[in-house]
Amino acid sequence: MTEEADRLVTRGVSVRVRYAGAGPPALFLHGARGWPAWLPFFARLSQHYALTVPEHPGFGGSNDPPWLRDIADLAMYYLDVLDQNFSAPVHVIGHSLGGWTAAEAAVRNSGRIASLTLIAPAGIRIKGIPPGDNFIWSPEEAARATFYDQSLAEARLKETPASEADVDIELQNKLAAVKFGWAPRWLNPNLEKWLHRITVPAQIIWGREDGLLPSAYAKLWREHLPSAKVSIIEACGHSPHIEYAEAVGDEVLAFLAGVRA
Amino acid sequence: MKFVCFHLMPYRPLDLAAAKKYRSAWVVLPNSFYDPEKGAAEYDSYLDQLVYAEQLGFDAIGVNEHHQTAYGLMPAPNLIASALIQRTKTVQIAVLGRALPLVNNPINIAEEFAMLDVLSKGRLIAGFVRGIGAEYHSTGVNPAFSHERFHEAHDLIVKAWTTPGPFEFEGDHFRLRYVNLWPRPYQKPHPPVWIPSMGSRETVVWASAPDRKYPFMVTFSPESAVVRYHNMYREAAQAHGYAASGSQLGWAAPIYVAETDERARQDAEAGIESLFNNFLPMPYEMLLPPGYTSNASMKATMKLRPALGAWPRQQTIDELIANGTIVVGSPASVRERIERVREQTGFDILIALLQFGLLPDHLARRNMELFAEKVMPKLR
Repeated sequence: MTEEADRLVTRGVSVRVRYAGAGPPALFLHGARGWPAWLPFFARLSQHYALTVPEHPGFGGSNDPPWLRDIADLAMYYLDVLDQNFSAPVHVIGHSLGGWTAAEAAVRNSGRIASLTLIAPAGIRIKGIPPGDNFIWSPEEAARATFYDQSLAEARLKETPASEADVDIELQNKLAAVKFGWAPRWLNPNLEKWLHRITVPAQIIWGREDGLLPSAYAKLWREHLPSAKVSIIEACGHSPHIEYAEAVGDEVLAFLAGVRA
Repeated sequence: MKFVCFHLMPYRPLDLAAAKKYRSAWVVLPNSFYDPEKGAAEYDSYLDQLVYAEQLGFDAIGVNEHHQTAYGLMPAPNLIASALIQRTKTVQIAVLGRALPLVNNPINIAEEFAMLDVLSKGRLIAGFVRGIGAEYHSTGVNPAFSHERFHEAHDLIVKAWTTPGPFEFEGDHFRLRYVNLWPRPYQKPHPPVWIPSMGSRETVVWASAPDRKYPFMVTFSPESAVVRYHNMYREAAQAHGYAASGSQLGWAAPIYVAETDERARQDAEAGIESLFNNFLPMPYEMLLPPGYTSNASMKATMKLRPALGAWPRQQTIDELIANGTIVVGSPASVRERIERVREQTGFDILIALLQFGLLPDHLARRNMELFAEKVMPKLR
């Protein structure tokens, strides 16, 4: 078992990746803020699954291939990743941008996907209920809108880049986020009409007080994925797997166990 | 030296104290602050000032494009340019510039500039810009593709001006089955193209390329940055294998002239400080959205441009005079400051912003007169 950064190369594109655990394969796709540190949520999942946590191409220390222009490219890239790096269907878990990417991949081809766990996914929205604008927010506004527990926001605001390389990674992450999420904001207007293509077991997890992507959107996902399990976490912001690592970890593990049964 | 009397057309009736409660005078300042009757009076004053500049002997009069802001009331600068053409005879009309990446069909810009060039019988100077960061918020255009869209739109516009149509254009962002400009531009091969910029190495290298040699205008920057970018252009030209001339180097700055240094400072204070502290400021998230410049340029800009994105720091007229972002003083002092930059870079185009911020009409006009009578002749 390793939690060290490694490289995952798919069709010539090299990205940073961490692996942990043994068991059936699971893949976590991160949100727009970038490749997260090793989270307690990952430790929990890796007790039962062989977890792969890649950094998306375009972000941080991964390659930024010139063909990567929009969310469709990222989704197709992950279909390549699923084909080339896994021998069995994979439980895909995605947060925010990562959830959006997972759904975009799944509508194209669910053949290599064992199940889909979408945590506060971007990609569709309800007219009249706009998302927050993380591109205009100050760092403080962004942190405060991300967490319900404001002590977590304050802790994030105290984080400072350790080196010039970390500053560069942060700038690169912001650039990648803009590429996928700027216009229209965190939305693919064509995704909603194809969500019925997702036939694998799915669950939706959302923080009730999500300040970026309103939890009201969970209803729209349920309409299109009628058999999906929907969990709304009370007193929780945009990152349930961080704010409630244990409870959300248990929720995901119980769902995955049900899929396997 | 060539002199451009340049205008931003700010909305002076703005309630500055109330507007301060918002993130910026850009993008999010509610347009309920705008009164169309007062706005009409502003257009009258500003058009009169620019027309007056022809009488005073300026070589060109200049306008520019900004969107959804009290900073400047010209979201469609070509409309103003068209009005100016009708009211002037010989002065050049500089649109500095149109923001190429912000439109979905750059042919509209090629057509309008061609119209202005024909209407004015060849008096147009066509500025190409990328728009400032805030305008990617107000238009929704993705800043990650700003440079690509700029270059592609530029290639399309110049080709539309110079290549017999109809032809097909196949770009990554713009694809047009038929490009066939009616009217074509009056000037041969096309109107002069100028590139105003906050400054970035990529833009300097591109503008100075031998097949372009576009004059490069450094805007709203401390003297040290103006000198740095002019010399960067000269070095880039050298690397391209030729020596840049002064007519390829421009400097755009707020300028105020009065009888004495002290009088000038007093007269200009409210206008300058409202420009830099009320009309211009915006947080970095608006000024430099990711992708607007390369990551390296973004870091450099943050260091080099204390006058921009200075949020929420208040800047005084004295600081701005001291770092050379603005030129304020007696005719002798103003001449001396401009000469000092010319000695360091040999630049030959001065874009003078002679009305700025809250500066009232009577002071703006006196400033224009003094500048034209006491500063311009000795610098020519």
